[in-house]
This record gives sequence, structure tokens and C-alpha cells, in this order.
Amino acid sequence: MASVKLRYFAWVRERIGKPDETLDLPAEIKTVEQLIAWLGARGEEYAYAFANPKVIRAAIDHNHVRPDSTIKDAREIAFFPPMTGG
Amino acid sequence: MTATVRIQREPFDAAAESAKLTRGRTDIGAVVTFSGICRGDENGRPIAALTLEHYPGMAEAEIERHVAEAQARWPLAGVTVIHRHGRIEPGEDIVLVVTASSHRDAAFAAAEFLMDYLKTHAPFWKQVEQAGNKSWVEPKRADDAAAGRWSTPLRGRDAAE
Repeated sequence: MASVKLRYFAWVRERIGKPDETLDLPAEIKTVEQLIAWLGARGEEYAYAFANPKVIRAAIDHNHVRPDSTIKDAREIAFFPPMTGG
Repeated sequence: MTATVRIQREPFDAAAESAKLTRGRTDIGAVVTFSGICRGDENGRPIAALTLEHYPGMAEAEIERHVAEAQARWPLAGVTVIHRHGRIEPGEDIVLVVTASSHRDAAFAAAEFLMDYLKTHAPFWKQVEQAGNKSWVEPKRADDAAAGRWSTPLRGRDAAE
């Protein structure tokens, strides 16, 4: 199992109820979308946060990634809604 | 090229930042300064304030990537981007983009490019305070369309095998 830091922002953070956590991920989770599906099954608050995976964006080690991106060797994976900066 | 990227809580002084960029330079013929300001309304209703959440570390890295992209596309003598976070009231500045070049076309284009990318790729999220409630601002389709004009694919990791 790989240990990785997960970070949550905006309403993803609010729904899950915490800004970050460190989890051991099963080896069979290889992509961002697989990780979202696995997280969504962890409990009600996660299911609520990830109810619509299409609006969830992700970053690995401070870089934007796609749903099919590999999570191999990731140290930090962040999940958040579409951005509204600027 | 001089590049400055800052993420900060405090207000900034646009004129001072622009002056810093041009001081002592004789190669700059054009400076474009854009300020994004907190309006007093959202969706037609008055707001008390905006609160900007951000991803420390990634916000700087992402904007630095945008600046590097701008530098690759246009001949720029200098770029400054300052983005605030925290609670911001109507009338206050949110974001500053200053671009300097020998001629105006690069300065104008780079400033617009940087704003279009900031709006869609920089990890910030706005909450509005209206009538005692806080709610998250939805992204605008027009912003995605604007960023799409510049046709740069999102770089990043490969698909998993």
C-alpha cells in the first residue's frame, strides 16, 4: 500500500469535513478517477463530496491532472471544484 | 525577463508595482496594467464581501507556469502577477497583472492571456457573503471559452497504463 497525503478545498473540504488526511491506498488504485470512486465509498460525507465526479478537479504534487492520469509516485493529491480565481 | 509572482493577503499598490518593473529600463516601450476588483454585486444581488480560498504552494507554481508560457509566446521584458486571498470587500483589488514589452501588442496579448488562464487554472475559490449567507461562486462558461482561445493543452501526467 502507498501512503499519500490527500487535500481537499472549497466545498469538497466542507462536505468531507476536513482539509486533509494521509491514507494508505490499495495497490489496485492506479488512476485519479479510481481514487475518486474509492474515496466516495468511504462514507456518507465522501459520497456527498464526490457525488458528481465530472465537476471534481484534481492536482498531483501541485500539477493539474486528468481523470485518467496515473497516481503512481504521487506524494500529495488534491481534490477541488472548478476554480474561480482571478 | 523579470518575473514576480506573489500570493498575499494584503492589498497591493498597482502604480508602485508597475514602477518597479520599469525602473532603470530603456528597452520597455509598453506597459499594460490590469487590476481585477471586487464588485459590489454577484448575480444581480449586492454582496458584503468575497472570501478567496487558495491552495498554497500550487497557486504560486501554477501562476509561475502561466508566466513562463507567456514568456515563451511573447517577447516580454517583465511580468508581475499578484493575487490576493482572504476576505475582500467591494471596491478592493483582487488581482494585478502587469506586462512590459518593447511594443504594445505583446504587452496587451500577454496580459489578456494571463488573466484568462488565472480565471480557469489558478487554484483559488471564491465565496460570496450575501444577506448573511456564504455561498460558493460558480465558474463562468465565458471564462472557459476565453481560456480555450489560447489553445494550450493542459500539461500533466500521462494516462495510467
